[in-house]
Amino acid sequence: MTATNRLTATIRARNAARQGAFMPFLVLGDPSPGACLSLVDALVAAGADILEFGLPFSDPPADGPVIQAADTRALAAGVNTPDCFALLDEVKRRHDKPVALLVYANLIFQMGLDAFYARAAEAGVDGVLVADVPLEEAGPFAEAAAAHGVAHVGLATPVTPAERLARMGEVGGGYLYAVARLGTTGERTDVDPELARHLARFKAAVDLPVLSGFGISTPEHVLAVRRAGADGVIVGSALVRQVADHLDDPQAAAAAVGALARALAAAAHTPINPQD
Amino acid sequence: MRLDGRFGRFGGLYVSELLVPALTELEAAWLDAREDERFRAELDALLTRFAGRPTPLYRSPALSAHVGCTVYLKREDLLHGGAHKTNNTLGQGLLAKRMGKTELIAETGAGQHGVATAMIGALLGLKVKVFMGAKDVARQAPNVARMKLFGAELIPVEAGSRSLKDAINETMRYWTEAVERAFYVFGTAAGPHPYPSIVKDFQRIIGEEIEAQVRAETGRLPSAVVACVGGGSNAIGAFAPFIAQPGVRLLGVEPAGEGLDTGRHGAPLVCGRPGIVHGSLSYVLQDAHGQINEAHSISAGLDYPGVGPEHAHLRATGRAEYLAVTDTEALHAFRWLSQSEGIIPALESAHAVAALLAHGRSQFGPDDLVVVNLSGRGDKDLDHALAALEALA
Repeated sequence: MTATNRLTATIRARNAARQGAFMPFLVLGDPSPGACLSLVDALVAAGADILEFGLPFSDPPADGPVIQAADTRALAAGVNTPDCFALLDEVKRRHDKPVALLVYANLIFQMGLDAFYARAAEAGVDGVLVADVPLEEAGPFAEAAAAHGVAHVGLATPVTPAERLARMGEVGGGYLYAVARLGTTGERTDVDPELARHLARFKAAVDLPVLSGFGISTPEHVLAVRRAGADGVIVGSALVRQVADHLDDPQAAAAAVGALARALAAAAHTPINPQD
Repeated sequence: MRLDGRFGRFGGLYVSELLVPALTELEAAWLDAREDERFRAELDALLTRFAGRPTPLYRSPALSAHVGCTVYLKREDLLHGGAHKTNNTLGQGLLAKRMGKTELIAETGAGQHGVATAMIGALLGLKVKVFMGAKDVARQAPNVARMKLFGAELIPVEAGSRSLKDAINETMRYWTEAVERAFYVFGTAAGPHPYPSIVKDFQRIIGEEIEAQVRAETGRLPSAVVACVGGGSNAIGAFAPFIAQPGVRLLGVEPAGEGLDTGRHGAPLVCGRPGIVHGSLSYVLQDAHGQINEAHSISAGLDYPGVGPEHAHLRATGRAEYLAVTDTEALHAFRWLSQSEGIIPALESAHAVAALLAHGRSQFGPDDLVVVNLSGRGDKDLDHALAALEALA
């Protein structure tokens, strides 16, 4: 699956031009279904290569306070899993972009694994990262995903040992989500100096493009993680914060998200050699 | 991981990949420690001399007369700290020291587990950070004061519903960043593997003492063991040695809150569905899509939308029976035991007493011997419970 997955192909195409892929993240339905679609339009216009979406969940311990607040807003707007898929249908109608999801296991479990991945595939989803499913529990999720041509995305961290990375390469597809540092999602002020070493470790162990996320919030961070060897970057909290900062004005929110995304995309797409 | 942490289909390890190394290290340390006689000896010495084990088994004349059988109370309310929580925090604290960790972190709802962790941190010379929902901080002032007196740092959690489940989320978050120095002292027999097994290991002393004390006094096994169930640690500890002895009925009592039909309760085993939250597959209070509902109980210690996965398995297999009693029934039992026996039970434990008051006579006969685990003392609940009782009158 890895060879033909749209996520892999999109990232590799950027890399072939010495560019990195830009994958922005939003919570589906935040702050409302309609406003969320305008934000997606802004991300695509700004140069997003892949769209990553979180499904709002009441208890998201892998996420920091900014994403949790977005989950809470979306849930308060009445957005639930079926609404999320309806939104994804609309995104698919509007944009021809690969889509990845970040989901907590219970949302998949309650819908039923097969039904969830079938619906995801129908809505144009190419990969799913289950936030609270590590390798030990990945089997049934990865199998159900594979049955519908959806990649089960693995998450590598600075403390993931080599043999685990290798198993992620076997179980997972699409790309490898590299956590730039320990902790939950959220903005940070610097980039871990050890990142280059870890990215090299990940790439040696797994034959998938490696996207770096967690704590990336500025074009400077984007350039730094690309120089460290990342094949692309994932930015979530910094963009979602723009949504939170403009709750009273949806147009201003879309403009702010678009402006930040444009700067991040430009940094991601700047041709550099990893050793620069 | 050497074990899969499953109880039948329940349990498991549903956490971010980021936490797997910490849980793997914890599992290894625990499996190693439980085979180490010196660890056991150190823990036993502290349980005896610091915490006051064994706790008494007391034959309750009033409950025996009311139910019409022999009823014993297992007096965990007399354990240092005022509840069974000390068994667990002492064990996990020693485990943390053995692993070379310098900081204990804990979630707390009512504050009992926070107090028990802060107390053990003071005893063992470990720094303690306690995460507590902002709503609970406001309504549990005495326990907040106790934690601070023990030298713990208290972190109010403003996210989500500002209660226990959010405190757990926040502690997991903090742990993700601080795994190298911090030991997460989990408060109940729930959460990701290996916590349900570790907490059961440290709480099974309750059941082992019950078995030995009942045998010594009567030469037989109890007919039934009754315990309240929030996350389920006192219950799994009291049940543990009897699970493989089918002649002993195991009764878990959940909080029915304002009534099971009102939706305002904390009874996932009686009313919930299987789901994945806080690291394991168990019964969960949730909506149709899998969003976790807030629990409700007059007892903050039972106010939790999930439950330990072994209870889920015991329910699914029918080995244990679970029922629920309301806030009102628990309050009446709280006053009844105080007035009839001179023992003020924790509101949590009052649920177990209430179940026996309501259903004991129909379930048991004169030859039966029932043990109720009185998991904690009720001093912490006085203001709250007396006000609530007054409102009922």
